Amino acid sequence: MTSPAVEAFGLVKNFGSVLAVDGIDLEVRRGEVFGVLGPNGAGKTTTLKMLATLLPIDRGSARVLGVDVHANPHRVRELIGVTGQYASVDENLTARENLVLFGRLLGLSRAKARHKAEELLASFGLEDAADRQIKKFSGGMRRRLDLAASLISHPPLLFLDEPTTGLDPRTRGQMWDTIRQLVREGTTVLLTTQYLDEADQLAHRIAVIDRGKKVAQGTPDELKASVGNSTLHVRLADREHTARAAELVAGVVGEQPVLTPEAGGLNIALADANRAADVLIALRQAQVGITTATVRRPTLDEVFLAITGHHSEANDEAAS
Amino acid sequence: MTGTVQQTLAMAGRALIKMRRNPEQFFDVTLQPLLFTAMFTYIFGGAVAGSTESYLPLIIPGILAQTALTACMATGIQLREDMDKGVFDRFKSLPISRIAPLAGPAIADLVRYAIAATLTIVVGIAMGYRPGGGVAGVLGGWLLIVTAAWSLAWIFTWFGTIARSAQAVQGFSMMIMFPLSFLSNAFVPTQTMPGWLQAFVHVNPVTLVIDACRDLMNDGRLTANVVWAVVGCAAVVAIFAPLAVRSYSRKM
Repeated sequence: MTSPAVEAFGLVKNFGSVLAVDGIDLEVRRGEVFGVLGPNGAGKTTTLKMLATLLPIDRGSARVLGVDVHANPHRVRELIGVTGQYASVDENLTARENLVLFGRLLGLSRAKARHKAEELLASFGLEDAADRQIKKFSGGMRRRLDLAASLISHPPLLFLDEPTTGLDPRTRGQMWDTIRQLVREGTTVLLTTQYLDEADQLAHRIAVIDRGKKVAQGTPDELKASVGNSTLHVRLADREHTARAAELVAGVVGEQPVLTPEAGGLNIALADANRAADVLIALRQAQVGITTATVRRPTLDEVFLAITGHHSEANDEAAS
Repeated sequence: MTGTVQQTLAMAGRALIKMRRNPEQFFDVTLQPLLFTAMFTYIFGGAVAGSTESYLPLIIPGILAQTALTACMATGIQLREDMDKGVFDRFKSLPISRIAPLAGPAIADLVRYAIAATLTIVVGIAMGYRPGGGVAGVLGGWLLIVTAAWSLAWIFTWFGTIARSAQAVQGFSMMIMFPLSFLSNAFVPTQTMPGWLQAFVHVNPVTLVIDACRDLMNDGRLTANVVWAVVGCAAVVAIFAPLAVRSYSRKM
């Protein structure tokens, strides 16, 4: 039987008195995309860095493709590629120089390293920018180069730390396509993200992490089902009607709506977007006036709220 | 082993490209020799040795040693700065020898040490220094200084791996650098110093290097001082290179 791509048991990491990761178990199967979802400061990056041998594990244990991370970090490094949240390429070097440098460090001959660099520059659409220094690169180009640099040795397992944070939608889509292509070729991917839709688009399974603990795990569909497939947000004309509106909504959808932080706003989880009309009709018939109504997909914050009972922003000040 | 060599050379290549792109890194090794050689010679020359000409054989090896120390101090500061950058995360995640990211820049910095030593000697000669050791002696002294700078750089590299910030390395290194260079025989004969100070001056490794350098450049003799200076350099590398690698590996 082959071992899973990643097995982690009770991972713990302290930074001084801050417990950044508090007993996380993970199992990533070979060939899948596993998403670690959570707000800033939840411990996603710290977990990934421990698995990728970049941070010592304080307690617990982890194995990557059957190799113990603590006992044999050098062997683990031969099996993984890591793409950091902040591009882990050299700012002062050109794209080509970066790729040749990493190729040489990985033991390729000069000619092979050059050849590999050309190949990767071409497949990531960076040929025109090959001789420009990275500090003149856009965010999207950096990320692409960063990913290219992780692929020089064809590692069977890739760690991607927030691969699309800060990218525009078009570049994000390109990045997703590249990741999907890699997975088709048999690479296992563990990625962290703050975006539910990214996890939804890419991941076969997702672990939700909050305050250093795993609070939920499942397929994207399972997670979304916990908050409904879409959310109806209404703003009442008169905030005095909030309690009455909540009662009416509960009568229609069978579940209490969530009151938004601003007064007179309701978030209503819907299993089916078509139910929005029923809610609006019920409010109208009861003569509860509204100023706005929007139907949208659930946000990470709502998944969070549903799973953890608190807003994800509450964690932001603890961001690492 | 061949892997380590290839990785170290690749890292040295990276450092050289960076040097070429950031020529301001050469300020310390170009301006300091020009400025200090002229300044110290004209200020102290008459008072210490009677004239600037007779002071030069004393001061040039001293300035050489001092310049080497400052130049290798920068090695540690730059390493620390570099380690905060994202690219070091990638270096750490690659299956490469742990000494390569430290030894690579150290090798590239030989260029800086060579520039500093050459400029100091050239300025000295322009000011009237006529080394008695001839071409061979001067080359020997030059080689010794570059070797000493490279060896001492491992101390500052170690600081770089243990300090929290580049500023901390800088502050700490200054505290080491000033006593080492001034509490030596670099600028003045030691006879007028109090006994306890002379005792320190005599065990100061910088004094050792300066004595060896004077023997080579002024007399053209391969003395016991030279042998001891080389042994001292080797000892510094043998102690501080493993310390630096160990604390660098621990940071992961």
